[in-house]
Amino acid sequence: MTEDARPSPLVQLTLARLRGFFREPSTVFWSFGFPALLTIALGVAFRSRPPEPVRAAVEAGRGAEALRAALAAGEGVDARVLDPGEARAALRSGRVAVVIVPGDPPLYRLDPTRPESRLARAVADDLVQRAAGRRDVLAPREERVAEPGARYVDFLVPGLLGMNLMSAGMWGIGWVIVELRSKKLLKRMAATPMRRRDFLLSFLLMRLFFLAIEVPLFLAFAVIAFGVPVRGPLAALALVATLGAMAFSGLGLLVACRARNTQTVSGLINLVMMPMFVLSGVFFSSENFPAAMQPAIRALPLTALNDGLRAVMNEGAGLAAVAPEALLLGAVAALSFALALRFFRWT
Amino acid sequence: MPDLAVRCRALVKRYPPDVLAVDGLDLEIERGECFGLLGPNGAGKTTTVEILEGLLEPTSGEVEVLGRRWDRRADDLRERLGVTLQETHLPERLTVEEVLRLFRSFYRHGRSVDEVVAAVGLEDKRRSWTERLSGGQKQRLAVACALVGDPELLFLDEPTTGLDPQSRRQLWDVIADLTRRGRTVLLTTHYMDEAERLCNRVAIVDRGKVIASGSPRELVASVVGREVVEFETADGGLAVSDLRALPGVLGVRRQGPGFALTVDRVHVSVPALLDGLERRGAALAALSTHRATLEDVFVALTGRRLRD
Repeated sequence: MTEDARPSPLVQLTLARLRGFFREPSTVFWSFGFPALLTIALGVAFRSRPPEPVRAAVEAGRGAEALRAALAAGEGVDARVLDPGEARAALRSGRVAVVIVPGDPPLYRLDPTRPESRLARAVADDLVQRAAGRRDVLAPREERVAEPGARYVDFLVPGLLGMNLMSAGMWGIGWVIVELRSKKLLKRMAATPMRRRDFLLSFLLMRLFFLAIEVPLFLAFAVIAFGVPVRGPLAALALVATLGAMAFSGLGLLVACRARNTQTVSGLINLVMMPMFVLSGVFFSSENFPAAMQPAIRALPLTALNDGLRAVMNEGAGLAAVAPEALLLGAVAALSFALALRFFRWT
Repeated sequence: MPDLAVRCRALVKRYPPDVLAVDGLDLEIERGECFGLLGPNGAGKTTTVEILEGLLEPTSGEVEVLGRRWDRRADDLRERLGVTLQETHLPERLTVEEVLRLFRSFYRHGRSVDEVVAAVGLEDKRRSWTERLSGGQKQRLAVACALVGDPELLFLDEPTTGLDPQSRRQLWDVIADLTRRGRTVLLTTHYMDEAERLCNRVAIVDRGKVIASGSPRELVASVVGREVVEFETADGGLAVSDLRALPGVLGVRRQGPGFALTVDRVHVSVPALLDGLERRGAALAALSTHRATLEDVFVALTGRRLRD
């Protein structure tokens, strides 16, 4: 190499990041293997199954067998006769949802705070009333649907993708920078004329590179294994995912900008990520939280990312429809990068 | 006024609440010199050097490096400096040439990677990961990173601490080669032999101040003398004034159970000392002489040894 062939510092810094990453087998696993395993585990846990049967117990006694037969005639009802002691134990432990004590009239024993118990009572009551001679006034028709997009796994996959983009940005950048600082490598770099901006940008470029691998792999897996839909345009999906990754890379830079050791930065990362894990609708909808909290929840970047991903994948939203989420994520990215550059501690 | 590479006046660095790392330090280093900053651990050498490197802000005092101050266009100044820190962990999973190419990319002008690899003798390690290098090889790579911008002024903070004798000599050759190329080198060390061998001038730093400076030879001659005679007697009972009266003796110091005399003519002083002891009937328990070194200068000035 001669004097006039000066390599680009930004390219060299990014190459150094990528080489460091790929030459460390454990980080490769945590970045690519772990999310895949998590998806498989959750996919197995939440795979589509036939509807849960209604589980009911009939307390042994006179008329018990007739009641059991009446219940067993219903579709998707699992009924058995148990001794009073056994029946109570089964109810307490959740093996049955309702206990029916034969008599005139019969007695339903249940815990009304359990939704499946209320369902079981309604189903059992219907069957018992019909067996006792009730005639239905209407004969409604039924249309059954099982459309991708409405299942739990369809809700879960965008949430997991969002969560993964968040952890990869925060840990992959925040932790690495603080480690470089504690090893005095940042100080060594600061003693050179390297442009500070190039150094921080190299981390964003590294994330963009991994994004182009991680997201297609993860989505392809979810589409093939679980039939998860991607209804909206891929361009909208790519935009939301990229801005999300940049937002969390920026936040990763920000949490790392002053911390002197990796314990401090681990604490900070958890502090930032924990509320979003809970509030931003990864595993369950953020609509479950009270209305008073909703404005704050809407302002969290992971909420914007998850909502944007779900809108594109499940509802077929286009670029215009996800503009608010994209704007919020872009603003978080730009602001956190600027703040990190301003307050970065090199020594 | 000579062309100065480094000038600092009344440099102070205070770490609140009560640590005074540098306490009014003055320094002038001419261009083309190899200058040594000597002193025990905690004397303030590293703090001083990091202020000169623009990595730390001084609490007060004036600093000029290559005729410039750090408060304006710092990056232009960094283009002209090379730095090795006291301990740098270079990126572990990069090869020697990858690390050098990375550092080369930061400088507008500089030396080629091939050239600096050859200068520090790491040709056969070019494709090794830095974590697989020995301590001496890592240190030479750190120096190579400092050379790759072809600096006018090079700061080397304890470049040979913890290295084996052979690695130390290899690094000494690299440094001697730089001064031959007309570069200015500021090195800190607590090895006095290193300073005597490499440096045109040295400053001895203790408790944040320069307590003596000059060429190693001048310092030794002016502060200590040429030779040091150390002896112990079995029964003691000698008076300092008697020893001082011996011919050729410049200084007398109690040292443990015995004495250390600094002398300019060992062949005159030692026979006179032995005569004197015999007349008193004092039996000699130990006697040794050595050429005076910077170590003796430090002991003479502070009453402490360097590595205490």
